[in-house]
Amino acid sequence: MSGDVILEAEGLVKHYPIRAGVLRHTVGHVKAVDGVSFQLFRGETLGIVGESGCGKSTLGRLLMRLEEPTAGTLHFNGVDMYAQQGAAMRRLRRDIQIVFQDPYTSLNPRKTVGDIIGEPFEIHPDAVPKGGRRRRVQELLDLVGLNPEHINRYPHQFSGGQRQRIGIARGVALNPKVLICDEPVSALDVSVQAQVVNLLEKLQDELGLAYVFIAHDLSVVRHISDRVGVMYLGSMVEIGDEEQIYSRPTHPYTQALLSAVPVPDPTLRGTRKQIKLTGDVPSPANPPSGCRFHTRCFKAQEKCTTDIPLLLDRPDGVTAHDSACHFAEPLSVVA
Amino acid sequence: MSTPLRTDRLETAAAATRWQAQDGLLLAVEDLQVEFRTREGVAKAINGVSFDLHEGETLAILGESGSGKSVTAQAVMGILDSPPGFITGGEVRYCGENLLTMKDEQRRLVRGPEISMVFQDALSSLNPVFPVGWQIGEMFRKHRGMNRSDAQEQAIRLMERVQIPGARQRVKAYPHQFSGGMRQRIMIAMAIALDPAVLIADEPTTALDVTVQAQIMDLLKELQEERRMGLILITHDLGVVADVADKIAVMYAGRIVEHADVYDLYGRPAHPYSKGLLESIPRLDQKGSQLAAIGGLPPNLMRIPAGCSFNPRCRYAQDVCRVDPPALREVGHHRRSACHFAEDVLAGTARTTRTAVDGELVVDPAASDPAATTAPDGSRTPDARTPEQGGAA
Repeated sequence: MSGDVILEAEGLVKHYPIRAGVLRHTVGHVKAVDGVSFQLFRGETLGIVGESGCGKSTLGRLLMRLEEPTAGTLHFNGVDMYAQQGAAMRRLRRDIQIVFQDPYTSLNPRKTVGDIIGEPFEIHPDAVPKGGRRRRVQELLDLVGLNPEHINRYPHQFSGGQRQRIGIARGVALNPKVLICDEPVSALDVSVQAQVVNLLEKLQDELGLAYVFIAHDLSVVRHISDRVGVMYLGSMVEIGDEEQIYSRPTHPYTQALLSAVPVPDPTLRGTRKQIKLTGDVPSPANPPSGCRFHTRCFKAQEKCTTDIPLLLDRPDGVTAHDSACHFAEPLSVVA
Repeated sequence: MSTPLRTDRLETAAAATRWQAQDGLLLAVEDLQVEFRTREGVAKAINGVSFDLHEGETLAILGESGSGKSVTAQAVMGILDSPPGFITGGEVRYCGENLLTMKDEQRRLVRGPEISMVFQDALSSLNPVFPVGWQIGEMFRKHRGMNRSDAQEQAIRLMERVQIPGARQRVKAYPHQFSGGMRQRIMIAMAIALDPAVLIADEPTTALDVTVQAQIMDLLKELQEERRMGLILITHDLGVVADVADKIAVMYAGRIVEHADVYDLYGRPAHPYSKGLLESIPRLDQKGSQLAAIGGLPPNLMRIPAGCSFNPRCRYAQDVCRVDPPALREVGHHRRSACHFAEDVLAGTARTTRTAVDGELVVDPAASDPAATTAPDGSRTPDARTPEQGGAA
């Protein structure tokens, strides 16, 4: 999966101001994303996992430039995304598209499926000539496994899984290079989830897409990802290829997270190593000093409360991958 | 604990003590039928569901949305919205007495003190304008006739029991001041307040993160063992079920299609739907290739397919499945399956009749497509289509 970098984020930061009082003074910041760097290679899937509030969705929006960053740079194919304006930015947007989590609210209920999937062509009229658009929309419907004859139906006439397919068709309408999937299957039923995951994999093979796959379901992420990044409180704590993260995680948070995921096999009951985290995720408005995880970490020592551990290549027993822990040590928690 | 009683509550308390499980059997649901009468038509949400629950036992009811698992819980609890929901048949016996024919006042003595429930969404289940301690204490005030300060003491004791840090300081805090996991603990505290014999947990951890989910499931398990409660766990998560359940009832389109001990079900499923579900989920401990998805969609409950309701999605379906609804029958020790070919599925010798189904998608015929009334799209198979990449510039 090595090769050319298509998307490169460096030190991405997004702080949201907290305002209070009559004059709306800024009294603090919610540090949603606080210094995230990674590379995405052409045609690969990078999974981003973390608990709610860790900033993974904000990261997705930053990658789309749906949010302006507080700091940091983002390069798409070597072009600085945040420096682009107007027409140049619009052209760039064609190459990075997004699929949202909720198939019920992300489709306009008053528009037909044809209008929804065809809207990208209204914004980018040179993508497909006007006369060919309807046919192209039908091709897209067919591509995502929906009946092309349903082009005039409305979103409410489809089930959740079918709606997510519509969202995906809209996402790939402009032939993007990168598709950001923000929890694309978490709102779907188990038996339908597999269909959509398979569809995403099929599209990747056929269209050569690179995915940033944001999800909280670690099993789905393992299935679909080539590489995985783990986020905690706005920063990336560990990133590596799927094997490294799942078989040889070195960050205590990754280990705890993995050990908490139930495995659908009753014969493993009681045999799996369980790392119990106590308490809840601290507020991102006031993250702990030093290592952000030290308040819940089972390895925390004096040093962790003062020194911020850097995301560095650390040995995992077989190879080495990036981990942000002073006491990084491989520990297999997945049976 | 000294329970001060008002005179008008005495009768209540006396009635509450008479429940006695027979041979450990707490709850017996028999041939339960529920339908929803709406303007669009009648949706048959539950079509003959039967199960038993014993002391200290965990029964998981597993199913997708619309399978009837939550409606079953509501019917047992007696909190079904009616209208549009109507119980059209069956019995729900608690310690031998049919709850469905009971008077409302009597039913109230069961609901809460005997059978209680934890809901999925703690934020919308708690009242935002009352402190949590007041809401937990309400159980004691209403059912035990306690005064406010005693009820509050009990609330603090319960909050401590469900491991809410600083319970005494936070008893007057409001629901929004707690995190999701803590709110779910408060819900659990309310549910166990009166020491019920049966606890129904409806997707108790679905809205929570995995690390918190593990904490909550541990707490539920611990409380169950401590109090010998019968626990009904309603969920769609095959992972959670594998960790805690003793028995599993798999529901599909308002019926139990398979009922088995947890080890049997995961080891060797006896119904094509449970088999399909187990094969379709990605696993944390394995990096598989393609997922074996179940094709099609769960059926619309207003138009449940004739014969076996799973037949349009089933890879083993034969002619008999399209005509003859299979009964839930004994297929081995402690296990039942509603499939004509259960023995073959168990033995792994069932004949695959439709290879297209276990690929990725089969757009289903009318029965399962809510939009298909105007234009049923027939049975299109993936191999019949040629996916095109299209020529956008």
